[in-house]
Amino acid sequence: MDKYIWLIPILPLAGFVINGLGRNSLSKSVIGFIGSLLVLVSFGLSLAVFFQVKSTGVAINVNYFTWFAVGALKFPFAFLIDQLSSIMLLIITGVGFLIHLYSIGYMHDDEGFGKFFAYLNLFVFFMLLLVLGSNYLIMFIGWEGVGLCSYLLIGFWFTNPDYADAAKKAFVMNRIGDLGFLLGIFTIIYVFGSIQFAEVFPKAATMKSGAGPLFIITILLFIGACGKSAQLPLFTWLPDAMAGPTPVSALIHAATMVTAGIYMIARSNIFYTLSPDTMEIIAYVGLATALIAALIALTQTDIKKVLAYSTVSQLGYMFLGLGVGAYTGAFFHVLTHAFFKALLFLGAGSVIHAMSGEQDMRKMGGLKGKIKTTFTTMMIGTVAIAGIPPLAGFFSKDEILAHAYAHSPIFWAVGVLTAMLTSFYMFRMMYLTFYGKFRGTHEQEHHLHESPPTMTIPLIVLAILSIVGGFIGVPEVLHGHHELAHFLEPVFHKSNEILGEHHLSESLEYALMGTSVVLALAAMAYAYVKYAKNGSVPVADTEERPALTSISYHKFYLDELYDLIVRKPLDWLSDFFYNIIERLGIDGLVNGIGRGTIETSKGLRLLQTGNVGFYIFIMVLGIIAVLLYSVFGLTKI
Amino acid sequence: MESLTNTMHAVPLNHYILLSTIIFAIGVMGVLIRRNAIVIFMSVELMLNSVNLLLTAFSVYRGDATGQVFVFFIMALAAAEVAVGLAIIVMIYRNTNSIDINVLNRLKW
Amino acid sequence: MSTFYFIAFLSIFFSILVISAKNPVHSILYLILTFFTFTIHYILLNAQFLAIVNFIVYMGAILVLFLYTLMLINLNKESEPVKPFMVKIAGVFGGGILAVAVASSLKLIGASNPVLLQNPDLGLVKNLGKVLFNEFLLPFEISSVLLLSAMVGAVLLATKEKEPKAA
Repeated sequence: MDKYIWLIPILPLAGFVINGLGRNSLSKSVIGFIGSLLVLVSFGLSLAVFFQVKSTGVAINVNYFTWFAVGALKFPFAFLIDQLSSIMLLIITGVGFLIHLYSIGYMHDDEGFGKFFAYLNLFVFFMLLLVLGSNYLIMFIGWEGVGLCSYLLIGFWFTNPDYADAAKKAFVMNRIGDLGFLLGIFTIIYVFGSIQFAEVFPKAATMKSGAGPLFIITILLFIGACGKSAQLPLFTWLPDAMAGPTPVSALIHAATMVTAGIYMIARSNIFYTLSPDTMEIIAYVGLATALIAALIALTQTDIKKVLAYSTVSQLGYMFLGLGVGAYTGAFFHVLTHAFFKALLFLGAGSVIHAMSGEQDMRKMGGLKGKIKTTFTTMMIGTVAIAGIPPLAGFFSKDEILAHAYAHSPIFWAVGVLTAMLTSFYMFRMMYLTFYGKFRGTHEQEHHLHESPPTMTIPLIVLAILSIVGGFIGVPEVLHGHHELAHFLEPVFHKSNEILGEHHLSESLEYALMGTSVVLALAAMAYAYVKYAKNGSVPVADTEERPALTSISYHKFYLDELYDLIVRKPLDWLSDFFYNIIERLGIDGLVNGIGRGTIETSKGLRLLQTGNVGFYIFIMVLGIIAVLLYSVFGLTKI
Repeated sequence: MESLTNTMHAVPLNHYILLSTIIFAIGVMGVLIRRNAIVIFMSVELMLNSVNLLLTAFSVYRGDATGQVFVFFIMALAAAEVAVGLAIIVMIYRNTNSIDINVLNRLKW
Repeated sequence: MSTFYFIAFLSIFFSILVISAKNPVHSILYLILTFFTFTIHYILLNAQFLAIVNFIVYMGAILVLFLYTLMLINLNKESEPVKPFMVKIAGVFGGGILAVAVASSLKLIGASNPVLLQNPDLGLVKNLGKVLFNEFLLPFEISSVLLLSAMVGAVLLATKEKEPKAA
């Protein structure tokens, strides 16, 4: 099996090359077929690798060649497939395949069909590189590559300036994080003299807890993760990233790329375990992100924006999990979130498709009977994300919350509050979209139709996964075995040993679960009463909103705040540099030199009288000077 | 002739050098203060001859005939130089109707 | 011995007259006199060959050429505009400094042995001819080429330009 591992990333790359070169000559069905099939084959290979790792329990390390070497420092091009990366492989290729399939239907009428599939394949390639790399450098290649693809796909409809701006915003914000990541890698090289996971982690494990270098490394890597995984204060790019086509939002900005930060931290878990201060920071950042994003999501009217903030909020959850040491829980949540968030995005895409491109929920409503499959699957996703048992979200969210409680009950309280808000805004979205009366135009109503099978099949598959996905991690309290935790044990072994088990009594755990479930159900009921039964609709943009609603609707004015504290001073500084330093200083200097040369030349030109006698006189003086020098100057030596 | 040269034995070499220097300096002054191209040319000849005299004096002083051969070459060169130089002056006169070197002030931009 | 100083005085006197005479023709005549004193210097140094050559080539050929040119240009009147006084002062000053500089460098070197004629045959035609046609044969031949080219050049320069043919 080891021999074929290189095929896993190479196949999507081949798809990128074929589709990219043939985007104008190949027919749409051929392009869609090639793009999807290659990812499917990758998925098959990933499955084989997964089962090999599962059965043997040994990580596969494949070394291809030494990329380059600087002195004693070697940078091999090598893949590492352990429990963690094998699951990531399955998510990327599996969900990726479903989304490819979905895109065939969704993008069918788009002119850039070939380009779209080429980008998608390229994204899958880079994402696979990110998780397969056996050192930080390979990971960084993938990390940058997915950033590039994200940029390309957000700006896919680049003729719209807003979309192009959103793409630039995403790229720039990611760069901030990437710089942190890069500095983190440099620090790792400096401290450990290697970037190979296999060499760095054992060395790190011998350091003592709270060591200075580890704190620096973890903070820098966390900044990188903040950018990629949309955490405070770098999260505002993700909602704007919804400018891209919906399958992109599902694949890149919900299921895979944004979880790269969590993957990276989970991969480097030993660093974080030994750096409790960073853990604390991560927990706070995650919690704040989760809460703020959830508050913003409460009042959004764009169906994709709701999902985008929901994604940010869930990512915050995952970081909370990492921060309180629940690596397995966080990763479990990555897995389940990939299922139900991809499902919700694809469902939203299906709704938008049915509504002829309309994204505003105020113009929807009553779609329940018209697009049954979409409604059913989306409902499953909503229930799953709301954390209602026995669907997937409940188990993963509950595991994080339990760890949070063990760490500090306040974390737990805020977490549960967020979960309640999540439940509310998700059901609000569902009721606004599918219940009540239709609020769109007649033309839209006339066109309402269920999506083609290539779109509904992925929905159904993901819905099934959202239902059963949670059962791989049933906690022991509920008489499960938590298979995922056992499977991932080798990866987190050291960290778990240091952190120790959290000890909550069985009754307390039941109480915690019960509380969160009851609150989620209550929020759902409130949403039902407000939006489904009373049929209230968010006000139009022209009308006044209550103050609190307005703050939430305007995203806490965070964009405006960043504008004020980052862009304005930069503009001012640029103005200063342009007008004072550049125009007066540098231009003045350069022009001054030129003008000075001209003026002195004008003066010196008069010296050249053209009078031969004068020249001879000067020459004689020169000869005298040389003579005096050669006679007196030399004898003195 | 023999007796004449013997009377010269007491003249120090420095005095020959001084004489040449003075004549040379007079040549330089002539170049500097005159505007007539032909007179300037004559001043140059004066300088040339002062060097010839010095070379001969050195040659006798060192008992080496090479110095006098050099003088011979310088004379040949001077003859050539005068031929060309005077031709140039004639050309200048033909073109500008003057041999005043102040007229030749075109060596400027 | 006093002959040398007398002749030297004459040399300097006549050369000053060369540069100070208003009329160029007078200048040339003074220059002839100066060169004549030089010939006497050569004789005093027993450089007989050079004395003869100086007499023939310089006084006979070159200065006649000067005179001839002057006649061609017809500039024997005192038409030369006078340079400003300051320029003259500056010129004399410059030349003077040059003389002082060289003279003072002599003091530094300090060598002042009398010029002694070690070999009476040194400046004779026979001796010089041997040196010239043994060691300096090649330069001698080349100087003949130089003279030829100078002649060609002088003729080229001095001939009137033909009117350019209408193309």
